[in-house]
Amino acid sequence: MSTTEKKFTAKGGAFLIEETPAQAVFTPEEWTEEQKMIAQTCKDFLEQEVYPKLDEIDDVKGNPELMPQLLDKSGELGLLGTSVPEEYEGFGMNFNTSMLVAEVIGAGYSFAVALSAHTGIGTLPILYYGTEDQKKKYLPKLATGEWKASYCLTEPDSGSDANAAKTKAVLTEDKKHYIINGQKMWITNGGFADIFIVFAKIDDDKNLSAFIIEKDFGGVTMNEEEKKMGIKGSSTRQVFFNDCKVPVENLLSERENGFKIAVNILNIGRIKLAASTIGASKGIIANASQYANERKQFGTSIGSFGAIKHKLAEMAARTYASESAAYRAGQNIDDAYEDMVAGGMDKTEAKLKSVEEFAIECAIMKVHGSETLDYVADEGVQTYGGMGFSADAPMDRSYRDARINRIFEGTNEINRMLTIDMLLKRAMKGKLDLMTPAMNVQKELTSIPDFGSDEDDSLFAKEKKVLSNLKKAGLMISGAAVQKFMQKLSHEQEILMNLADMLIEVYAAESALLRTEKLVGIKGEQACEQQINMSRLYLHRAVEIANKAGKEAIFAFAEGDEQRMMLLGLKRFTKIDPMNLKDVRRSIADHVLEKQAYEF
Amino acid sequence: MKILVCITHVPDTTAKISFTDDNTKFNSDGVQYIIGPYDDYALARAVELKEASGGTVTVLNVGTSETEPTIRKALAIGADDAIRIDAEPTDSYFVAEQIANHAKDAGYDLIMMGRESIDFNGGMVHGMVGELLGLPAISPVMKLDIEGQTAKLAREIEGGKEYLELDLPFIAGCQEPIAEWKIPNMRGIMSARSKKLEVLAPSDASEAVKLQQYELPPAKGDVKMIDADNVGELVKLLKNEAKVI
Ligand SMILES: Cc1cc2nc3c(=O)[nH]c(=O)nc-3n(C[C@H](O)[C@H](O)[C@H](O)COP(=O)(O)OP(=O)(O)OC[C@H]3O[C@@H](n4cnc5c(N)ncnc54)[C@H](O)[C@@H]3O)c2cc1C
Repeated sequence: MSTTEKKFTAKGGAFLIEETPAQAVFTPEEWTEEQKMIAQTCKDFLEQEVYPKLDEIDDVKGNPELMPQLLDKSGELGLLGTSVPEEYEGFGMNFNTSMLVAEVIGAGYSFAVALSAHTGIGTLPILYYGTEDQKKKYLPKLATGEWKASYCLTEPDSGSDANAAKTKAVLTEDKKHYIINGQKMWITNGGFADIFIVFAKIDDDKNLSAFIIEKDFGGVTMNEEEKKMGIKGSSTRQVFFNDCKVPVENLLSERENGFKIAVNILNIGRIKLAASTIGASKGIIANASQYANERKQFGTSIGSFGAIKHKLAEMAARTYASESAAYRAGQNIDDAYEDMVAGGMDKTEAKLKSVEEFAIECAIMKVHGSETLDYVADEGVQTYGGMGFSADAPMDRSYRDARINRIFEGTNEINRMLTIDMLLKRAMKGKLDLMTPAMNVQKELTSIPDFGSDEDDSLFAKEKKVLSNLKKAGLMISGAAVQKFMQKLSHEQEILMNLADMLIEVYAAESALLRTEKLVGIKGEQACEQQINMSRLYLHRAVEIANKAGKEAIFAFAEGDEQRMMLLGLKRFTKIDPMNLKDVRRSIADHVLEKQAYEF
Repeated sequence: MKILVCITHVPDTTAKISFTDDNTKFNSDGVQYIIGPYDDYALARAVELKEASGGTVTVLNVGTSETEPTIRKALAIGADDAIRIDAEPTDSYFVAEQIANHAKDAGYDLIMMGRESIDFNGGMVHGMVGELLGLPAISPVMKLDIEGQTAKLAREIEGGKEYLELDLPFIAGCQEPIAEWKIPNMRGIMSARSKKLEVLAPSDASEAVKLQQYELPPAKGDVKMIDADNVGELVKLLKNEAKVI
């Protein structure tokens, strides 16, 4: 990069209104030798300790000690301390490295859930909001795994509506303790946790406060393990606090700051969840492609059938898009952190602010990752046929364990609404200029279409045009919807879902394309044949989804001339040159079948 | 105690094997490399011995710069420093010469390696190094304990086990269950980058054997299923078609 060229700085949500240079995105092909070694350690751990015991792990009632033992072992390897700074006995890795760990461990079924609840929602509230004393007391024990952590936000009557929690905290007369009473539900790691991060309301406060509760404080009891559809090996309990006496110094952050803590910790949890779904998807692709090679019907391997190839190619391409987008966002978070620290911000604050900056991307990735995994798991089962339905083959567990990801860390509905809500809020705060580009689209709509000269025949020139048009489609419809409903847009959830779908697909398709463009720059077109195929295939999918979502939104609120004009606009903005996707898929699938893995 | 562990840099056990240049060169395209599994056992035991009674573990590899990630993995597992002798490991004799030449004045109490590599499976280097250094070489060592200057070890032999005792120094070609493979931990990985990896020029030696050509085993043929009641047919096929009886 020449010195006169300004360094590109990504801003949260800005992908919708600006072009990102390919050089500015991080690609997983750039992992350092050290990061690869860390990933290999995670993989070796799963193979040595987790995969041989999957059935025992899932029998959580029969083997309640097994999961904490596995966490201990992973703690010995240092896997519980990746995000914890070195002064608290962790390893102070950057954000993307912790994403990589989440990805690889993500193929570990219930163990992955236990590990991520401990290191994520269990540990991070103390890391980011704890006082120095709290950090010194708890973090070293959490980073090594000596103590296990859980996070207690949800209650029987308070799920998505987290701030409606009823758990109460009352200050004792001597002002030395809070007495906590209440019931928490769906608490991951509940069965063996030593530490509970508990959200409760002090007196008649409107907002939640957060507390660090040690099991030994007394007054902590729990129900039996929940019987679940999947992640059966992950301990999930109802936890009761009966006159639990918590020292005042265990209030986390300030009074009534609990909701903010919950939201910020969930931002991180969401993108990490996406990383972990990528690992799970890759595991399924490896199994399914191997099975497709081995299983013979009609005298040939089922992998030679076009219908199966179609599945494998889609599984790979969607995973590729998810992966490209997740690490792009992860690097943005790392870069923003570095910039903030260089600008003099406190490191802890910078950690939070950098993730907050990309909260839109975090929510997008949560949805994209979990829905990709569900697709991959479903087609994985289908590829296995009857054996997909057998509890003796791996797809059964993959399928059941995948499903939770659309529910926890904020349901996908909540996350879809959040993406649009946060985008509009950023625009209102002046952080993101949606107005100018939206007006430009309006202008473009009433002018003669630009049929464009096809002069630019560089790689992806056409695809980039398609992407830029997709963004216009999103801006056109969201702009019109905002004008129409103003403050009441939040009541039009169906439209919000449509808009979120458009946004999610733009981000995923663009990320895949940028990654491939960067790779081609390094390795040349020939070496990137499948990446090019997957990016193009994914772009077609994004266009399809955006077109459908856009139409539904337009039908839902526009009429007459306005409707006609917007439909014409949508048609124009979701135009893409035809391509023989069948051949593209076959080529991707042949590669996957040859490697018997997601390996490009 | 000063231990030298010699490691090979070999294709992953699941790698697809193919050749180029008229079947004279191994095709390393897209192949993942690992520490030779038997060497990995030797390394694990060396690190355990060091942890139990102090000393140092040095890893050595004869190879080009491509092998450095593998060497650094050994450092992450717990070796203290590393030596790479900068040469293509052409044959067992050449490699043994390089190891012996380095080790002869370095004062190691024990030289460990796998009982064989898993690429060429020669299983000769430990013996040759022993010969070149005038030291005993024992393989396959499956149990190894050290008390003072004496080593106690167990070795599998035809139809049974052999328990040996001998004085240091000597050469051990190791295999499981001498130790369990160690997964490098985070601290090891992070400290690996600051450990010393010395690159030495190879000594003058030439290979004793020259490779002519590789050949892949013939592809597996179709499987014929024969009814369990039809032993006669099975015998006939084994005799006439498979020609194995
Ligand atoms: C296995 C498992 C582990 C969990 N682990 C933990 C944990 O460790 N700690 C913890 O605190 N919680 C945990 N949870 C709880 C989880 O976060 C909640 O289940 C989740 O937030 C959804 O809340 P809910 O179950 O009350 O569903 P509800 O909020 O009742 O939602 C039901 C449906 O309504 C939709 N919905 C709700 N509100 C809206 C709205 N405003 N607009 C549109 N649609 C809406 C939802 O999207 C969903 O489809 C866990 C849950 C499970 C199943």
